[in-house]
Amino acid sequence: MSLETYKPGSYPNLPPPAGTVGVYGWLKNNLFSSVSNSLLTILSVILLYYLIDSIIGWFFFDAVFDADSKIECRKINDGACWAVITRRVGQFVYGFYPEAERWRIDLTFYTMFFAFAPLLYPDLPKRKWLLWFSGIYPIFAFILINGGFFGLPKIEYSLFGGFMLTVILGVSGIVCSLPIGILLALGRQSKLTVVRTLSVCFIEFMRGVPLITLLFVASSMLNYFMPPGTNFSILVRVIIMFTFFSAAYIAEVIRGGIQAIPKGQYEAADALGLNYWQTTRFITLPQALKISIPGIVNTFIGLYKDTTLVVVIGLLDPLGIGRAALADTKWNGLSTETYLFVALFFFVSCFAMSRYSLWLENKLNTENK
Amino acid sequence: MKTKILLAAATAGVMFAGSVLASTLDDVRARGKLNCIINTGLAGFAAPDDKGKWTGFDVDFCRAVAAATLGDADKVNYTTATGKTRFTKLAAGEGEILSRNTTWTFSRDVDLSQTFVGVSYYDGQGFMVPKALGVKSAKGLDGASVCIQTGTTTELNLAEFFAGNGMKYNPVPIETNAEAQELYKAGRCDVYTTDASGLYATMSSFDKPGDHMVLPEIVSKEPLGPVVRHGDDQWADIVAWTLRAMMAGEELNITSSNVKSLAAKDNKNKEINRLLGKDPLQGLSKLGLSADWAVQVISQVGNYEEVFEKNLGMSTPLKIARGANQLYKDGGLFYIPPIK
Repeated sequence: MSLETYKPGSYPNLPPPAGTVGVYGWLKNNLFSSVSNSLLTILSVILLYYLIDSIIGWFFFDAVFDADSKIECRKINDGACWAVITRRVGQFVYGFYPEAERWRIDLTFYTMFFAFAPLLYPDLPKRKWLLWFSGIYPIFAFILINGGFFGLPKIEYSLFGGFMLTVILGVSGIVCSLPIGILLALGRQSKLTVVRTLSVCFIEFMRGVPLITLLFVASSMLNYFMPPGTNFSILVRVIIMFTFFSAAYIAEVIRGGIQAIPKGQYEAADALGLNYWQTTRFITLPQALKISIPGIVNTFIGLYKDTTLVVVIGLLDPLGIGRAALADTKWNGLSTETYLFVALFFFVSCFAMSRYSLWLENKLNTENK
Repeated sequence: MKTKILLAAATAGVMFAGSVLASTLDDVRARGKLNCIINTGLAGFAAPDDKGKWTGFDVDFCRAVAAATLGDADKVNYTTATGKTRFTKLAAGEGEILSRNTTWTFSRDVDLSQTFVGVSYYDGQGFMVPKALGVKSAKGLDGASVCIQTGTTTELNLAEFFAGNGMKYNPVPIETNAEAQELYKAGRCDVYTTDASGLYATMSSFDKPGDHMVLPEIVSKEPLGPVVRHGDDQWADIVAWTLRAMMAGEELNITSSNVKSLAAKDNKNKEINRLLGKDPLQGLSKLGLSADWAVQVISQVGNYEEVFEKNLGMSTPLKIARGANQLYKDGGLFYIPPIK
């Protein structure tokens, strides 16, 4: 064995000993480092194999994707009976919206991306033009979905349901609650006593009452305050309640953001001679909103999932449609499949929202961290 | 002071506006649709089919009223309501009829200012057990563990029944019917108790329904029926007599298939003639219905027996026996006033 000598400081970096790196090394270190660990690893693999095998089998290989009823499903195979979903996918998506009019929902849904794109992605080409569309989009969507104008037949709200209802409630709640929340947060910080008191009262009241109570108020109490015969859609009432509820939470999230801004920023603004609105517009909000993005998106995801609570006042969101499907004697008893499907829908939409918020955080991260 | 006067004036205006509203029948006719409040989903009573069309026992009653008043059973808007919101929805005018397996009780009838127009289905709390348990009567359930929905009247009924018979039981509290199904299937409880119609619905969802049975004892009274708002007797009569016309149809052997031919000829049984509009029925015009109202109901929806068998009976997965829900002459509880 030859021993080479090196000058101090010039010893070359040698590769790590074989057997501690690469796949082999990783396996040896993490899974087979001792006899008992090796045994545990083998046992776990066997267990996992059986578990995954039966789960995948239930989900896909033994599953039935088309049949007329649960009984037929069971005759074909003994896995999941997805027929309850495939046969009712239209109901899960559109509720009881008339089939001939469903293109209106599709159109509203797809154009929604054009309306949101300029708001969500600041460096979009032709952004100015698209912003105009974003501005008129709420009216556009209302006319399309509700009908009653331009020869579109009016659709009763009682026919609304499924994912479409969730998206309508969630998106309108989210879109309306952000500006209201910002105003409330500013109001709470305001030096004007009346504005401050009103904001505090509103926020504390809305946060102090469970959402389900507000929904009951929307569905039953409001009727007592209106003259008989006026019947403004329960959908509107529910959207208002969702908006108020989440606006109160948004307000507190943004207030946190505002309070995190160092005092020096305000002093600098004052020194530059900016007035209140200029300070708010150029100094406070850009920083406060950026800080509160995770909190805001968190509230939005919460609001989106809370839309399932409308089940208790008899609106048929995906969960309600699922339950109604289970009440059909043909599909009675397939609760696992139904609830899994609804869960998947909510997971996909909430996960997308959370990814967007991460992307936005990184993009706006000009911070000197 | 001024605001007070304004407020009073506004309130008076609102009340006045309420009192001069047109009759319910006029509202329905003007709209061309009947608004009916139904369950969000209950096997056999109200559930949407794969095409999104509501079907079921309660739904068919809405259709019958639409047939009687509008001549078309399909002219119904369905509004779904949960147990908690149904009465306020009715009171708020979101529907003309509440046809949602609602139990007729004193306080609901009197205190909530509603009119129960009749009983369309006699339900009652029952017990379901696996046949393997070997129990033939609820009296033999001493010491059993019972799955029971918490916070319902069924809980109270159960306690009363067991205490009254000097028996003990082990409650397994659950929140929803779906949860009960799972626990019962897993054998966590020997007995599941809820309304008998619900037991049959649960049983039909099992892979082997034949392994289970509903015990003969019914321990509570749950007369279910359609409800309307207080204050419009004409409308209440229309709804009540629509229900009775369906039962009369069964009593007089008028079915959806023979009603048209019976209505065209002169029958020996004069009651058939009066029901189907051949002979004039005194006072029918006061109800605001056309002479062929019962023909429309029975031809488009069916008589009581047809509706029951189609939605709940032996040919359906629910397999509910008629039991108390037959005519008095067959040993049931339906005894309708004569059509004279």
